[in-house]
Amino acid sequence: MIDGKDKSSIIQMFHVHKYYGSKKALVDISLNVSKNDFLFISGPSGAGKSTLLRLLYLGEPVSEGQVLVDGMNLSRISRKKIPFLRRKFGIIFQDYKLISTKTVFDNVALVLEASGKKRKFIEKKVRSVLRTVGIERRINALPPSLSGGEQQRVAVARAVVGVPRIILADEPTGSLDSDSADIILNLLKGFHTHGGTVIVATHDKELIRKAGGRILYLKQGRLLGPAPI
Amino acid sequence: MATYYHRAVQDIKDNGFLSAVTIITIALSILIVSAFALFFTNANNVMNHWKKSARIMAYLKPGISQKNFPDIKRKIQEIYGVQDVNFISKEEAFKKLKEQMKRQSSILMNLNENPLPDAFEICMIASSQRDEKIEEIATRIESLPSIEDVEYGRKWLERFTNIFDLFRLAGYAMGGIFFMAAVFIVANTIRLVIYTRREEIKIMRLVGASEKFIRGPFYIESIIQGTLGGIIGIAVLFITFKLISSNVEHSFKYELLNIKFLSPEFYCGIILCSMFVGWLGCYIALKQFLKA
Ligand SMILES: Nc1ncnc2c1ncn2[C@@H]1O[C@H](COP(=O)(O)OP(=O)(O)O)[C@@H](O)[C@H]1O
Ligand SMILES: [Mg+2]
Repeated sequence: MIDGKDKSSIIQMFHVHKYYGSKKALVDISLNVSKNDFLFISGPSGAGKSTLLRLLYLGEPVSEGQVLVDGMNLSRISRKKIPFLRRKFGIIFQDYKLISTKTVFDNVALVLEASGKKRKFIEKKVRSVLRTVGIERRINALPPSLSGGEQQRVAVARAVVGVPRIILADEPTGSLDSDSADIILNLLKGFHTHGGTVIVATHDKELIRKAGGRILYLKQGRLLGPAPI
Repeated sequence: MATYYHRAVQDIKDNGFLSAVTIITIALSILIVSAFALFFTNANNVMNHWKKSARIMAYLKPGISQKNFPDIKRKIQEIYGVQDVNFISKEEAFKKLKEQMKRQSSILMNLNENPLPDAFEICMIASSQRDEKIEEIATRIESLPSIEDVEYGRKWLERFTNIFDLFRLAGYAMGGIFFMAAVFIVANTIRLVIYTRREEIKIMRLVGASEKFIRGPFYIESIIQGTLGGIIGIAVLFITFKLISSNVEHSFKYELLNIKFLSPEFYCGIILCSMFVGWLGCYIALKQFLKA
């Protein structure tokens, strides 16, 4: 499974450690994610799932070890290249991270504006994505006026709108009822079907069971390999 | 670029009060500095005018007969550097004086006799308009037997020039202080906007926005503020100038008071400088408060 020469791999971690002061959040993690994988990182709360995702998009640097993403060595890339790295990802944050002063449309459009797309294209694309996640009616609403499930859908829309190579989803069904959770799962599956790579960090066993896919189990910062459900 | 502009304008609208205060502060700084500049350019023009039109007045000894005048005039005219010699009779001079002192003419009325001497007014050729030359010519005129006294404005002008230079220095210092104050105000505004937008900036970075994308609108915003401040400052100065100068022109019709507004090059330069203030303020704020 851990094979650096695998041509189809898109993410590789080699003996990665992450410390917060003396606290060890991740210990000696090595893993390989292939293109078009649908991978779950599961484990109890506090296991280090969110931390692992953060290392991938350089939300934080590793303490030790190497991370490769789509050919980029994260410990070597310059500050200027970080935006390019991040555009490879569509990230669904556990706390959504929507801009509360901007409308749903503007929140989603931001990704395309940041990558320099034309106004007309943005207009069309954002509308179509919002339609896909079923939140077109709230296009001019501000995020705080939306329910948790609606915000989650906006977060998904923003994650997929830039056609990223990889989607990172941190507890994407965290506080949702099972119908909303199903909608999110279907969206992720749709992205996967179209050739995208998906990594989901969750402790939601129900979600993992429904989705099917590769599962890695984390406990106290250590990778325990394919997990028993 | 259109997106940057859009976001910048939105920022200015969202922080309306703050932006207004910033623009007004810049406008006031520009107004004060350019008012000084206006004063100095005009004072400078007046002084140059005086310097250029430097004349020597040569007063004749009393009791010299009128038929000697052409001879004296000829002698003065022969001195190298003299361009033109005009005779001003004491009657003429007295009439002029009365005109100039209309209000106080009662003082003159009480005089039984005209106290003024006959005089020659001497203009010099351009190459002799320098202080040493003027002095040399004046000395030679003074040595003529029928001349009692000569007068030329050199001493007085020199002292005035010194004071003027001192003022000019103070003007530069003030310009510098207002420049820094304006930069500081812009930097502070941008700092506050960064603060209110800190969450948004963090999120933009997470979704892959480049620093250029994040910083661009701040620059546009502060350059817009600088430009507006500059234009408003100059406009207020212009209006004030028009009001004052039309009043002044009605009461005096002196050649000396031919005051002019700043040249287009000059006020465009000031507006450019004001834009630069915006840019610099933004640069400082981003450098300090928007660490990547
Ligand atoms: N910024 C941080 N500073 C200090 N400790 C942290 C920080 N982020 C996470 N941790 C710690 O690292 C461990 C893993 O956290 P996290 O990755 O959030 O777990 P999970 O997402 O699996 O619940 C936890 O013990 C948490 O307290
Ligand atoms: Mg977590």
